[in-house]
Amino acid sequence: MKLPKARRWFASLSMLLILLLTATGCTEKMIILNPKGPIAEQQRDLMLTSLLLTCIVIVPVLILFAIIVWRYRDRKGRTSKYTPNWEHSTKLEVIWWGIPIIIITILAVITVKYTYALEPSKPLASEEKPLTIQVTSLDWKWLFQYPEQGIATINYIQIPEDVPIRFEITADSPMNSFWIPQLGGQMYAMSGMAMTLHLQADEQGDFWGSGANFTGKDFAKMYFDVKSTSKEAFNTWVSEVKASSPALTLDGYKKLVEPAASDVRTFSAFPEGLFEMTVTKYASSHNHGLSWKDIQKIDKQE
Amino acid sequence: MWERVKTFASEFFVTGDPLIYGADVSIVITILGIVIGLTYFNKWGWLWREWLTTVDHKKIGIMYILAAFIMLFRGGVDALLMRAQLAAPEMNLLPPDHYNQIFTTHGVIMILFMAMPFMFGLFNVMVPLQIGARDVAYPFLNALSFWLFFSGAMLFNLSFVIGGSPDAGWLAYPPYSGIMHNPGVGQDFYIWGIQISGIGSLMTGINFIVTILKMRAPGMKLMKMPMFPWSVLSSCIAIIFSFPILTATLALLFLDRYAGAHFFTLDGGGNPMMYINLIWMWGHPEVYIIVLPAFGIFSEIVSTFAKKKLFGYKSMVYAMMIISILSFLVWAHHFFTMGSGADVNAFFALTTMLIAIPTGVKVFNWLFTMFRGKITFETPMLWTMGFIPCFIVGGLTGVLLSVAPADFQFHNSYFLVAHFHQVIIGGVVFGYFAGLYYWWPKLFGFKLNERIGKWAFWFWNIGFYLCFMPQYALGLMGMTRRVVTYGWDKGWWEMNLVSTIGAGLMGIAFLFQVWQIVYSVKHLRKDETGDPWNGRTLEWSIPSPAPVYNFATLPHVTSQDEWWEEKQRRLQGHPAPAPVKIEPIHMPKNSGIPIVMSMFWFFTGFGFIFDWLWLAIPGLVGVAACMLVHSFNYDTDYYIPVEEIKRTESAIRGVTS
Repeated sequence: MKLPKARRWFASLSMLLILLLTATGCTEKMIILNPKGPIAEQQRDLMLTSLLLTCIVIVPVLILFAIIVWRYRDRKGRTSKYTPNWEHSTKLEVIWWGIPIIIITILAVITVKYTYALEPSKPLASEEKPLTIQVTSLDWKWLFQYPEQGIATINYIQIPEDVPIRFEITADSPMNSFWIPQLGGQMYAMSGMAMTLHLQADEQGDFWGSGANFTGKDFAKMYFDVKSTSKEAFNTWVSEVKASSPALTLDGYKKLVEPAASDVRTFSAFPEGLFEMTVTKYASSHNHGLSWKDIQKIDKQE
Repeated sequence: MWERVKTFASEFFVTGDPLIYGADVSIVITILGIVIGLTYFNKWGWLWREWLTTVDHKKIGIMYILAAFIMLFRGGVDALLMRAQLAAPEMNLLPPDHYNQIFTTHGVIMILFMAMPFMFGLFNVMVPLQIGARDVAYPFLNALSFWLFFSGAMLFNLSFVIGGSPDAGWLAYPPYSGIMHNPGVGQDFYIWGIQISGIGSLMTGINFIVTILKMRAPGMKLMKMPMFPWSVLSSCIAIIFSFPILTATLALLFLDRYAGAHFFTLDGGGNPMMYINLIWMWGHPEVYIIVLPAFGIFSEIVSTFAKKKLFGYKSMVYAMMIISILSFLVWAHHFFTMGSGADVNAFFALTTMLIAIPTGVKVFNWLFTMFRGKITFETPMLWTMGFIPCFIVGGLTGVLLSVAPADFQFHNSYFLVAHFHQVIIGGVVFGYFAGLYYWWPKLFGFKLNERIGKWAFWFWNIGFYLCFMPQYALGLMGMTRRVVTYGWDKGWWEMNLVSTIGAGLMGIAFLFQVWQIVYSVKHLRKDETGDPWNGRTLEWSIPSPAPVYNFATLPHVTSQDEWWEEKQRRLQGHPAPAPVKIEPIHMPKNSGIPIVMSMFWFFTGFGFIFDWLWLAIPGLVGVAACMLVHSFNYDTDYYIPVEEIKRTESAIRGVTS
């Protein structure tokens, strides 16, 4: 009776181990642990540090658990002590209020330090002038505008390596979240406000990003490619887009806003102030105090 | 005319999906079966007298647990459908619309219509017995709580076949849940289903706080109370402070949708972020509300099956109270990525980490309760053994998530999904199962089959790790939650396939549990001791199932593990205490008002959902009428005469001894 139980414990423990091994076997797929930019790198380090710190408590506790359960199981001919009324020990309790307090304090100090250091709106230290990309989450596609270059894209970003990118993020749709895992953490894309997120790619390569917050039917089609190239290649790409792509007009934008997924597209130009207009769209002063329903009514009359 | 009926029906009923037609047919067959069965066996009167109108806390508890099991089935089927859809890339089993509805209903049902009623069921069946009371403080209110929950749950589930299910996630973030992006009735079903059952939850919270504070047996000081009632108290304190937030928030969302208000809209000065803050001010305490009672259950079980006093009783009490309070100070950790700035994020990261301290202390105390104990591994203890390592790992990933800057990478990913399933399944579900297996003999007078129970346990456990460990990896691979499908290029399919297999094992585990119950009923072996586990607390001192009045004479309590100490005294040859003179027992009378009033609430909700004022207004009038009738009903109690008590006691004890 006791033996199969032991075997079961062994079986479940080894199952866990196998899982861990298979998990580590595909670490190259774990793109978050394989960062390509300074922000993602610091976030990865922070994950590993906190994992290590918590493991200082967790691993001994798991071992202790196994030992206690094994040693004090009820069986014939048991020699271990049995103290049914032992219920308090100030010394022990101070220890295990103390250990977590110490670990959490260390972790708290690190967390606070990094919370300020990695605040997404903080510009990255770099000699290069940051490149601004304005991001708009639409149903169900991403619109990227390069105000300095005067071009726009759908579901595709190209960036020069080693140059800080300043993303300005908004939405003309339900709240989404803009996330390029290998460059750094995500930021909500919300209507009526422009959030700032600074990221940078340290090397050339192909990455991808996604909409991380649920926005409805074709939300799962909001992946986009991110290509990091040399500065020269980036400039060439900009000129190519300028030369060969159509311009995005206001009417074109209105079509874009209509709910549907989209392929990659590029535009040689976009209407002046489109991003600002999207951000301030719902501020009532811009609608002359009219509500969304009123505007719908006017639209219909027109 | 016929055309109008046809258009109405095609909009009113959900059409076009074979899965739903299948469900329609099975619902109609089940209802017909129940109606025919009740009529054939002439059981309508019995059902009405014994169950539908009962105010007995034990019966109400059983109804809660039964409802929770049905909801576990529904939510579980939702989960299996989702896992089937995600098993391989580019699957087309469920279209996006349907998938979105399913993950929404899965979340809402599992938290609000499975975990909550399961928890209330356990409160009901055990708290009065453990504190030596004859019922809860407000028996009528208790019945009303149950029926309100039931109405809300039925209303919510109805959206599956009528009108269409909500599809905005379990917390229904606006603007997506607003009328602008979500014009159907699904979101209204969500609002009204939760509102109606939420009133019931709030009342239960009040009821049990009063019960625990005022109805304890003579001599049972608060610090001599068993750990489960303590956990219930801490959970109920969180309920009474958090559920009003939920009610207010959903009322505002309803006004936005129904009356064109602008609390959470994009235009007209509304602010969706306010909703996200408010809903998590309820939502975060909510997860502690459901896990705290599980902590209480584990404390009882560890102590019973290690045959040893609970280690660090006071620490446990303080830890739970601290958790209960801290749970209100952490809500913003659910949206570090909203861009509130470093000050806000740092504050909420710290408060979140603080919760790890009392939680860790509880784990140590459980370990040291087992230290130098005599541990046996009956099913309740087995679930506890499954819980401890699972919860430790879930707690670890929770601390990782609380590191705000790192959370920018974890947020909305499968890492998060894996974390909260680990603490909720590993903590809450395992805890309630442990409690159910532990107290089952007290409820029904027989034990559940241990052998099948062990199969169920191992299937649940192995299935759990297979299902959710790969999801941590998927999160680190960048897979976000709520995606209906994914491409081959992402390299996610292996882990997703393993995860689906794990989910399947948990599905099989559920079948084992159903079989276990059926088998145990069929091969009934009555427990005649009333104390099959060699228990420690008062509920084991009375026969199983407990008579309607619980205790023929109220026990006098002198120590924490009163029944254990009493047994020790008897073993040492001290005589059993002299029988106290039996006196007539004051009991509450059954009432049909709770179920009738809840039905009126159901109609009110349904009327508002479809904007049918001709139904909503009479519904509200009915609710008011029920309140009035009850207010003027002075015939609410009766006395059980001494003769009857003696008869009942000798009948039970006659079998017992």
